[in-house]
Amino acid sequence: MAHEATMSPLAHADDHGHDHHHETPNVFGFWLYLMTDCILFGSIFAAFAVLRNQFAGGPSGKELFDLTNVGIETAILLFSSITYGFASLSALAKNKTMVLVWLAITFVLGLSFVGLEVSEFSHMIAEGNGPDRSAFLSAFFTLVGTHGLHVTCGLIWMAVLMVQMMGPQDLSQRMMDKLTCLSLFWHFLDIVWICVFSFVYLAGVM
Amino acid sequence: MLGKLSLSAIPFDVPILVGTFLGVVVIGLAVLGAVTYFGKWGYLWREWLTTVDHKRLAVMYIILAIVMLFRGFADAIMMRTQLALAYAGNPGYLPPHHYDQVFSAHGTIMIFFMAMAFMTGLLNLVVPLQIGARDVAFPFLNSLSFYMTLVGALLINISLFIGEFAQCGWLVYPPLSEMQFSPGVGVDYYIWAVQISGVGTLLTGVNFFTTIVKMRAPGMGWMQMPVFTWTAFCTTVLIMASFPVLTVTLALLSLDRYLGMHFFTNDAGGNVMLYLSMIWTWGHPEVYILVIPAFGVFSEVTSTFSRKPLFGYNTMVYATCSIMVLSFVVWVHHFFTMGAGANVNTFFGIMTMVIAVPTGVKIFNWLFTMYKGRVEFTAPMYWTIGFMITFSIGGMTGVMMAMPAADWILHNSLFLIAHFHNVIIGGVYFGYIAGMGFWFPKAFGFKLNEAWGKRAFWCWFVGFYLAFVPLYVLGLEGMTRRMNHYDNPDWRPWLLIAEAGAIVIALGIVCQLTQLYVSIRDRNLPENLDLTGDPWGGRTLEWSISSPPPAYNFAVIPDIHGLDTFHTEKQLGRRAHNKPLAPIHMPKNTAAGAIIGAFSFILGFGAVWYIWWMAGLGLIGIAVTMIMRSANRDVDYYVPVSEIEHNEEVYSRRIAAAQAAE
Repeated sequence: MAHEATMSPLAHADDHGHDHHHETPNVFGFWLYLMTDCILFGSIFAAFAVLRNQFAGGPSGKELFDLTNVGIETAILLFSSITYGFASLSALAKNKTMVLVWLAITFVLGLSFVGLEVSEFSHMIAEGNGPDRSAFLSAFFTLVGTHGLHVTCGLIWMAVLMVQMMGPQDLSQRMMDKLTCLSLFWHFLDIVWICVFSFVYLAGVM
Repeated sequence: MLGKLSLSAIPFDVPILVGTFLGVVVIGLAVLGAVTYFGKWGYLWREWLTTVDHKRLAVMYIILAIVMLFRGFADAIMMRTQLALAYAGNPGYLPPHHYDQVFSAHGTIMIFFMAMAFMTGLLNLVVPLQIGARDVAFPFLNSLSFYMTLVGALLINISLFIGEFAQCGWLVYPPLSEMQFSPGVGVDYYIWAVQISGVGTLLTGVNFFTTIVKMRAPGMGWMQMPVFTWTAFCTTVLIMASFPVLTVTLALLSLDRYLGMHFFTNDAGGNVMLYLSMIWTWGHPEVYILVIPAFGVFSEVTSTFSRKPLFGYNTMVYATCSIMVLSFVVWVHHFFTMGAGANVNTFFGIMTMVIAVPTGVKIFNWLFTMYKGRVEFTAPMYWTIGFMITFSIGGMTGVMMAMPAADWILHNSLFLIAHFHNVIIGGVYFGYIAGMGFWFPKAFGFKLNEAWGKRAFWCWFVGFYLAFVPLYVLGLEGMTRRMNHYDNPDWRPWLLIAEAGAIVIALGIVCQLTQLYVSIRDRNLPENLDLTGDPWGGRTLEWSISSPPPAYNFAVIPDIHGLDTFHTEKQLGRRAHNKPLAPIHMPKNTAAGAIIGAFSFILGFGAVWYIWWMAGLGLIGIAVTMIMRSANRDVDYYVPVSEIEHNEEVYSRRIAAAQAAE
């Protein structure tokens, strides 16, 4: 059907339903955007890999990282992926209330993740180990911070969708597309976090 | 309150800038006055500035590109004139501080705001029409992309009159571009202009990739796609794979500058070589982003005007795809002298030579397309043949520099400057101008004047060789790039010849302007009007509809049976379709792109000058506009059958009139 759809978002709302599992260009396009985002993270990882031993006389990861804290962050974020999954299932079942409930839980988890990260950052900065201390710390703050910024954008997006869902957009095809895109985004950030956890924190402490 | 901004930021003491400023103000007021006088504001806003129609966005992109060409060329001729004067005792008329801004701005503007805008314009105009689509996949994002590009161009040009521009070259290498050595706002202008326009380019990449993958007319498989669409496809892949790297590289540089981080600084463990590697990981694919669509233009032009199918369609596609892949494994050749070691340099040297192979294949494809064809020497064909000669020479000097040993001598010399102008002017620019001449009637319904087009070609062609062959010689004689003054008497005659070449190129630009003027003036002459929508005897779908096409492009989506279906059907005498008409679903115009563009400008300008409330306002404005757009449910409409029927009838009558005239 794609060739007939000049305009994607609403074109499919009034399709005649003979193609139940088609993917709209919206989701496909968002996938592509995520792949570009993947390259964006890849570049920052590359910069981190080059600079990870440039301590310039400052502290190394071993001295700075508190794995317990990072472990809690990881658990929270991974769990929020599961709760988003439940939100997606509820959306497919057209159960709007449950979508909202699961999104709210996901939102709280995401917010706690960001909160923990902010407190970790401010703690490090207060001790004089801010991003201007050494090239290693610049790369660390930028990589972890970029991920945190993405999560924050995801949270804003989630809040907007929750409000819109309560309004006239309801669980229309367009809203389903948006939920799918946000879900892709959210799980993608989880995968990126697993890389951050492994290559930055674990490798830094080992 | 105003950050770093104060009255002293305005360069009242530089007469060239004050004069330019007055010129821009006078022309600007004249344009605004004319729009007001003719009462066209409403029309401009409703039909153009808020449009999501890819054909109109294409026109706006190309107008932007042409304006930026003037700016970039003004910089170029200033540099050539400085070097024609600044010999021995004469310091020339541009002090180093100003000269350094001029060469930095020249490169930045020509690549990001002339070439990129022109390329995106051609993609917009042609791709949906060639694949039988009614618009791109995301029409609103398309409008947003345009405004991002426009805002980048505005920021970079405002730096002329408020503050200064970067003085460290078009890729702002650190450590020179770090706060320590460039404390002014020049590098910040560069960063924000390029970053904002980069967002637009990335969105264009995603948009056109989706369009080509998802919206081709039924029956058009991958190997039935017109070659220009193939090249557009490869370019979008390159954009998506390389622009994020540019975004990151410049973001890291800005973190160094704004937050005192140490990615590329000399101290605290920063690594300058990291910047070089990252920026060229984007930078090398970027030159292919520019030239691959030009290859597509040449393919369409050559086969149309040789009256033959393109020779070796399959090899053309494979060659394009090979170039696309190989462009990611050659970036180190931009800094062989960095000292990566013999093995690394050898690998990248060989890969660089390998990339010349698929390019050579293409040249032979075009030659064999012309072979035994009835070649019609129109202006686009002139540019194409000029390209084949010029680009081949540029390619050969490129292979010379691909040898690391030779590059150690030629690195950063004028030989390099001559080489990349050889391929960028001879490949990219000639291609875009050929494309503009070729598709101009499709966009506007009348042809460009042939005589002035050919005069423009000859001036550019001769001017190019006069301006750049001396640079090859100077490079071999040891003259480095970005030099403001020199004492070597052997160089002077060559620099004078190069200045003469720049003047001949200026004449070429004058011819192009005259061509536009004459063409618009004589647009209603019968030999200029394009009544049939197929002025050249074209082969691909864009020629099967009226010129200019209706907003929805195709009244009925065509069925595709093979390569060049339109041409085959013409041969068989079938032109009319007999499918029933249905209402067409179309996107509504929206101001959201323009509004987000305006807020991006506020964000960029605020951040350049450290006016943080202003930058914050811009950021919030962008977010709020996006959220409002996402809540807007009134985004589409249906074109009724009666309107489509009416348009079709007008078109049939025009075709009949054209046939009667024959």
